[in-house]
Amino acid sequence: MIGALDLVDAAYPLTPREGRSRTIGEMRVTVDQDKCEGHNRCYALAPELFDVDDFGQAVVIGDGTVTDDLAGKARLAVANCPEYAITLEDGDE
Amino acid sequence: MSEQTVEPDERSHAERYGPVADWTRDFDHADPAYNRNVHAVWDGLRDECPIAHTERYGGAWLPTTHDLVREVAYDTDRFSSRGVVASLARPDIPAPVGPAPPITSDPPFHQIAPRLLLPPFAPKQIEPWEDEIRILCRQRLDAMGDVEPGTTVVDAALDYAQHIPVNVISRMLGFPLGDDDLFREFVHDTLEGVNLPLDEREASFERLDTYIDAQVLDHERNPRDDLTSYLMQVEIDGNPLSLEHVRGSIVLLLIAGIDTTWSAIGSSIWHLAQHPDDRRRLAEDDDVWTFAIEELLRAYAPVTMARLVADDVDFHGCPMKADEWVLLPFPAANRDPAFFDRADEVILDRQENRHAAFGLGIHRCLGSNLARLELRVALEELIARFPDFELADPEAVTWSVGQIRGPRSLPIRLL
Repeated sequence: MIGALDLVDAAYPLTPREGRSRTIGEMRVTVDQDKCEGHNRCYALAPELFDVDDFGQAVVIGDGTVTDDLAGKARLAVANCPEYAITLEDGDE
Repeated sequence: MSEQTVEPDERSHAERYGPVADWTRDFDHADPAYNRNVHAVWDGLRDECPIAHTERYGGAWLPTTHDLVREVAYDTDRFSSRGVVASLARPDIPAPVGPAPPITSDPPFHQIAPRLLLPPFAPKQIEPWEDEIRILCRQRLDAMGDVEPGTTVVDAALDYAQHIPVNVISRMLGFPLGDDDLFREFVHDTLEGVNLPLDEREASFERLDTYIDAQVLDHERNPRDDLTSYLMQVEIDGNPLSLEHVRGSIVLLLIAGIDTTWSAIGSSIWHLAQHPDDRRRLAEDDDVWTFAIEELLRAYAPVTMARLVADDVDFHGCPMKADEWVLLPFPAANRDPAFFDRADEVILDRQENRHAAFGLGIHRCLGSNLARLELRVALEELIARFPDFELADPEAVTWSVGQIRGPRSLPIRLL
């Protein structure tokens, strides 16, 4: 049976641009602290990228760099934040 | 907690208005037909009248689209949280604090109050409760006794779901464990008694206050490591909380923590009893749980909040008057087809799910991490013990009345 996490990659496939190979550090997640209300959806879906502070507010781990293997989870975090607090910036753009 | 009368007429709404015939102009969220058929009611209103009105409860409005619910939730200037349970009366404790802070607080006080309560409910403080919740669930399942597959019928709402949150919150508060029935009575009176004559409602609030004051006194004499002692020790700007603030916050934790989670667990079991494929998926795919819990919360979100109109305002063409209620049906927002793909279907592995089960904006449910944990563990333990079950009699299922929606009796046959 196909597990739910297999579907993550199917739903959010990595699509490197033609002629360019993606390197680590091109994508980065940020949390808008004014918008975050502590739903903790990002922390549940992508604990490799997000942590929570003592008040349950989301914070990015490190500088928010998203490695290729975590791109699917980063997109999931964006797509499940009820407050639209998370942004995924693509370094190519 | 107290309220003041705004209407001299003390007859209940059931006597004054009778059953609802027109949901667009005369809705009543405490008409038993509302929660029983609520998805159809919302679907109809979204198409026909996305901001419904009623003269009941001194005037109330009901927006049903995701965009409108979101707009009201974010607009704390025009829509006050001073009152959050729409009833015949209005709270007599003014904004910005309100009778049960921080749920009844507006900015700027709301920036202070939740800072006190957020830490004990942050994910890393809640995660350690998992084992205890699991033990509670197993005890309730054990208490069902010898089960004969295909024959044994249990009430998943009364024998299982309702015991879990009430036990957890009384342990967190350090209240006597034997008082479960009393808590449920308080919660019932507050949330489902919105139609009670005002003197009865007031008497119920007084009983609740008296009970809490006795618990506070007990904690004063014997401080211990629990939420009640925490609230009595914590300070705002060097000052301890007033007794009213401590009591109000305990009221909030008791009232908001019990029926809500009970309802979410019950509704999820109601769904699973009718969807063997979803039961099987949960039993077989560990990875689906993270998504499935959020999807069940989306589809069966139990909590509709309320606001009070701060000043007369025209809201999308609706002439809202000061002190009218605005219901905030987050569950209706969660089923808006303009916002969610296949909104009326439960898709356990839904990948994009910005559901609003725990509210939107500054009043995000304080207990969301606890509620989510209780829901997940309750379903995990039920399915591990009884992977197959069905509704014993669909007609025998009864639903709550009022702003918290969930099954209050849910007979299931264990297969």
